[in-house]
Amino acid sequence: MNPSDTPTRPSRRSFLAGAAGLAAAGAAGAARADNANLPPNVATWSKTLGDGVGVRPYGHPSSFEKDVIRRDVQWLTASRESSVSFTPLHDLDGIITPNGLCFERHHGGITEINPHDYRLMLHGLVDKPLIFTLEDLKRLPRVSRVYFLECAANSGMEWRGAQLNGCQYTHGMIHCVMYTGVPLKLLLEQAGLKPNAKWLHVEGGDSSGMNRSLPLSKALDDCLIAYRQNGEMLRPEQGYPVRLVVPGWEGNIWIKWLRRIEVGDQPWYTREETSKYTDLLENGKARKFTFEMDAKSVITSPSPQAPVKKKGFLVISGLAWSGRGKVTRVDVSLDGGRNWRTATIDGPVFDKSCVRFYAETEWNGQELLLQSRAMDETGYVQPTKDDLRKIRGVNSIYHNNGIQTWAVKPNGEVENVEVG
Amino acid sequence: MSRWVSIIAAAAFAVAAPAFAQSPKPHSYNIGTQATPEQIAGWDIDVRPDGQGLPPGKGSVRDGEKVYLERCAACHGEFGESAGRWPQLAQGKGSLATHDPVKTVGSYFPYVASFFDYIRRAMPFGDAQSLSNDELYAVTAFILNLNDIVDDKFVLSKETWSQVKMPNEGGFYDDDRKTAEKAFWNPNPCMKDCRPPVKITGHASVIDVTPDDKSIRKGGVE
Repeated sequence: MNPSDTPTRPSRRSFLAGAAGLAAAGAAGAARADNANLPPNVATWSKTLGDGVGVRPYGHPSSFEKDVIRRDVQWLTASRESSVSFTPLHDLDGIITPNGLCFERHHGGITEINPHDYRLMLHGLVDKPLIFTLEDLKRLPRVSRVYFLECAANSGMEWRGAQLNGCQYTHGMIHCVMYTGVPLKLLLEQAGLKPNAKWLHVEGGDSSGMNRSLPLSKALDDCLIAYRQNGEMLRPEQGYPVRLVVPGWEGNIWIKWLRRIEVGDQPWYTREETSKYTDLLENGKARKFTFEMDAKSVITSPSPQAPVKKKGFLVISGLAWSGRGKVTRVDVSLDGGRNWRTATIDGPVFDKSCVRFYAETEWNGQELLLQSRAMDETGYVQPTKDDLRKIRGVNSIYHNNGIQTWAVKPNGEVENVEVG
Repeated sequence: MSRWVSIIAAAAFAVAAPAFAQSPKPHSYNIGTQATPEQIAGWDIDVRPDGQGLPPGKGSVRDGEKVYLERCAACHGEFGESAGRWPQLAQGKGSLATHDPVKTVGSYFPYVASFFDYIRRAMPFGDAQSLSNDELYAVTAFILNLNDIVDDKFVLSKETWSQVKMPNEGGFYDDDRKTAEKAFWNPNPCMKDCRPPVKITGHASVIDVTPDDKSIRKGGVE
């Protein structure tokens, strides 16, 4: 490797690079393959019985996939109970996130609720306040919809420049699953709304009592009271037994362990929507109620945790989404945004869901500056980080949807970089 | 059924179906139990800026200091300066438009309700909903005093609630992205020679704060 490709600089740890790193990677690769299992020899697994049915009554991934896990950044938060873990986007494909890999964000730890003790209270400006059991909710008409859920702080650590090496960390506060549940509109109809109803107060049952104000218009549009994701019941870390689904809007308002909905005539200005989920601009003023997640995309492979292994044909793969509707197009650039080509969107395209895109190229060790750019059906085009910073400054924390750049180096390593 | 009858039935359905879909009267499934006032009172803990939801009780700055030192200071610091990585509650005035904004009760929160409600439901961390109403009023008053918003003799209650004016109440405005960021809507984004040749201006590996996990650094070309 040419030393000029790796500028010398102080680093907390040495990056896996250069001859030593490559030798180690090669040795590890050789250690993984056992010639006794390769042709013309008959592999051991072809000669012996495997586990019978019932040995894995629920099932889990292959033991060889043990590195495909959620990860967290320990220095980020004061405690493990009020913290976040990240979806391993670089290890996934298609648009559906497996339930066990959906990123977590808790404010008072993972609450475990006995479903028999679960109650949802609906009161306030209604004709008849109601309490629902989980069985009540399951008896009501239900729908199943695929939606992405993105934390407003996703990519928030990148406002001032490239910081984390891995799209798991820069973009992993997102997942996309099929939710099954009751339309919130239908639930509100059971209680009957008073004419002055305008906002809802939605609240979780965990020890943070997470609460947000939700405009009634959104509640009546497409929100769900969900109890299943990807077919199975919600996982405890996703709000078992019931969470609120607010399609296209920031994750913080998708209240987990939902226990109470109060109907009111004005917003509550909770701690979350004043001190936290407000976007501070350069002039010291802040935007409030920035609910919608802007169109965004990221190349998941190649990326720092998914380097290029072989020269030759290369599939570039990524995810795109928009909180304002369907993604209509994704463009990919190999030269840092100078020239673009339109990628192929593969698989289903749902409203406020992730889409998967692919672009094919030949790679023979040339340096690439990979970018992707999403467009949605409202005509919104994902901006560059610089364009975003010109309007929002660097103090916003939330809603960073700027175009990401990955530098592919001659040895196949990939680094998170900024370009100008 | 004769052919005529079935045609008439189909026609009737064709007319009826959209009418049903637009019906303003929602369907009642008779599922769910009416909530009693006692049940609602036990769970209804939210408080709004206008005072809706405030419980009975009151608390002074002086009483609040005692509660604060016992229940809050270990994480938030004796003067609200924060211990470790826990949220800072005081100071930070004039910092919002700088490179290092410090968001505290005094510098950022627009309403007393925004932290009274939060303390009531979530604090102390790990022992939520354990403060009495008087303790809650008192500790809120003390945090206001730490931020020089009320004087040492102040007593917070339903009656004095509206006297408190937060310094940054006017610091927020509604989401204006659709106008302020109108330029991001563009049906024909540039595809060719969109900018001069590009240079790398920043590397994540310079600060490299990526968690050190060997399994995630799989190396490059074999």
